[in-house]
Amino acid sequence: MTLTTRSAAELATALQQGETTSVECTTAFLDRIEATNPTINAFLSIDRDGALAKAASVDAARAQGKSLGPLAGLPVAVKDVLCTTDQKTTCASKMLKTFEPPYDADVVRRLREADAVILGKTNMDEFAMGGSNENSAYGLVRNPWDTDRAPGGSSGGSAAAVAADMTPLAIGSDTGGSIRQPAGLCGITGLKPTYGRVSRRGLIAFSSSLDQIGPMARSAKECAMLLQTIAGHDSGDSTSINTPVPDYLTDLEKPLQGLRIGRVAAHFSEGLDPEVAEHVEQTFATYEAAGATIHEVELPHAAYGVPTYYLIAPSEASSNLARYDGAHYGHRWDGTPSDDQGINTFDSPLVEMYCRSRAEGFGPEVKRRIMLGTYALSAGYYDAYYAKALRVRRLIRNDFTQAFEKVDLIGGPVSATPAFKLGEKTDDPIAMYLVDLYTVGANLAGIGGISFPCGFTQSKLPIGFQLQGPALSEPLLLQAAHQYQQTTDWHLQRTTAISS
Amino acid sequence: MPAQDNAEPTLTREDVLKVAMLARLALSDAELSSLTDELSQIVGLVSQLSELNTDDVEPLAHPLDSQNVFREDNPAPSLKTADALRCAPRHDGECFLVPAVLGESGSA
Repeated sequence: MTLTTRSAAELATALQQGETTSVECTTAFLDRIEATNPTINAFLSIDRDGALAKAASVDAARAQGKSLGPLAGLPVAVKDVLCTTDQKTTCASKMLKTFEPPYDADVVRRLREADAVILGKTNMDEFAMGGSNENSAYGLVRNPWDTDRAPGGSSGGSAAAVAADMTPLAIGSDTGGSIRQPAGLCGITGLKPTYGRVSRRGLIAFSSSLDQIGPMARSAKECAMLLQTIAGHDSGDSTSINTPVPDYLTDLEKPLQGLRIGRVAAHFSEGLDPEVAEHVEQTFATYEAAGATIHEVELPHAAYGVPTYYLIAPSEASSNLARYDGAHYGHRWDGTPSDDQGINTFDSPLVEMYCRSRAEGFGPEVKRRIMLGTYALSAGYYDAYYAKALRVRRLIRNDFTQAFEKVDLIGGPVSATPAFKLGEKTDDPIAMYLVDLYTVGANLAGIGGISFPCGFTQSKLPIGFQLQGPALSEPLLLQAAHQYQQTTDWHLQRTTAISS
Repeated sequence: MPAQDNAEPTLTREDVLKVAMLARLALSDAELSSLTDELSQIVGLVSQLSELNTDDVEPLAHPLDSQNVFREDNPAPSLKTADALRCAPRHDGECFLVPAVLGESGSA
């Protein structure tokens, strides 16, 4: 049986029972990456030597009967927003083209301790800013279900890699939907944990009050396995939650009898693709048949989520990205100061170096967001924009708090449409921002959300379903998604749009 | 989405150039033109928030209302100088090198 089509859970069993070795398994995925990456471009760097060395050491330890970590010998891909000491970390930006981090992200440290095999670093929108993976400085990513379409973003490389069987497990990050939306558009499962559940140490910062790292895989069960390893308190991240990590696998098999799922009528208003609407409604029916009850709930300020997000995230980004100054690390302009400053006015050679290094290092979308955030935080506009957005953020969070008094989880679409064509939205920032309509709420409120496949369009494009739950409801989110996947096989379907 | 506000705020080229200098971004003339258009549109989008009355709403800067976290002030190892300098575009083994802050020239 082909190793690359097997789930991480199946591979773990096969490894334990000696049916395969980690070297064999890792080789199979590396070969699959080599064959498909020229088309998909899901990986920015592939660490064949490092991965095979780790796999060999796990195999040797296993042969000697030594105790191994929970992900022993299993391949995993890591979004290139997480620092790795043994591989470049570019954030898909020219700014960090040669960056070799001096420390591992906490999540990477945990993966290594769990004896996972890191295959390489996945492509993404530059600095995680985008919803199509077209903003990468190293080329766009293609959706494995239709290579003329976008995989979504910003974790588009991780989503496409799982969908194309280049890896069974992947790490993504989600600031406004960047795990859930590409998971939906690529037909895989992706979880955005509660803010603070997973340490952000070593995650290259975009918007620090919204960023959260999470697992991406074919199934909820595999996401549970991966979350088990990466979740937990870290003294190196002051926003990391200091409560015990539950066992995410124990509750998976429990039935859904009595589960209350909220349905938001406004999700089905204009703009929602009819095929998406149909499958989302069908998913509610599947849950009802499994013993859950469906209740209408309201999120009255949900329509203000995108404007709120596009003030808070760029404001935090403009501050976070101020660190790229051409002096400490990252790209530096190597020209010589001249009298020709164009339309700019540089106060000193130092300021010119800053301004030109940043102009060369950042791509257009990153510049747009830095500019928007700087504007929103600047004197005279702070109260009207940034402070206003923080107030609306509270209203949005209160909406969720009130809804979760009536229901356990809220269901609905992840995206209004299936995967869109490459280039379709690149000239229209507003259209691209509206892609985040259903996902930004969970980030603003800090709650958890999971996206998983719930059907396909007539033209064989995946459709995603989103469940959102209160803070620290990961066990319930994973259980609900897993139970759905016990009665459906959407998550098992494989693309035939690419050959190897 | 809520209806677009008719009185959309519009940024001028001068506004955008001023913001670019605050953001330490050198712009070409073409970038200034396109950013002026795009930022005006985006500001139109985010200005929809003005429809909401938030007079009695406290700002929420952080989703979990988290408290500051303190630790004992004990010395611990930190990044070694060589590691901190390893990715620096220019350094002399001890310091990051940058162009002169004052004066006409002296680029490092």
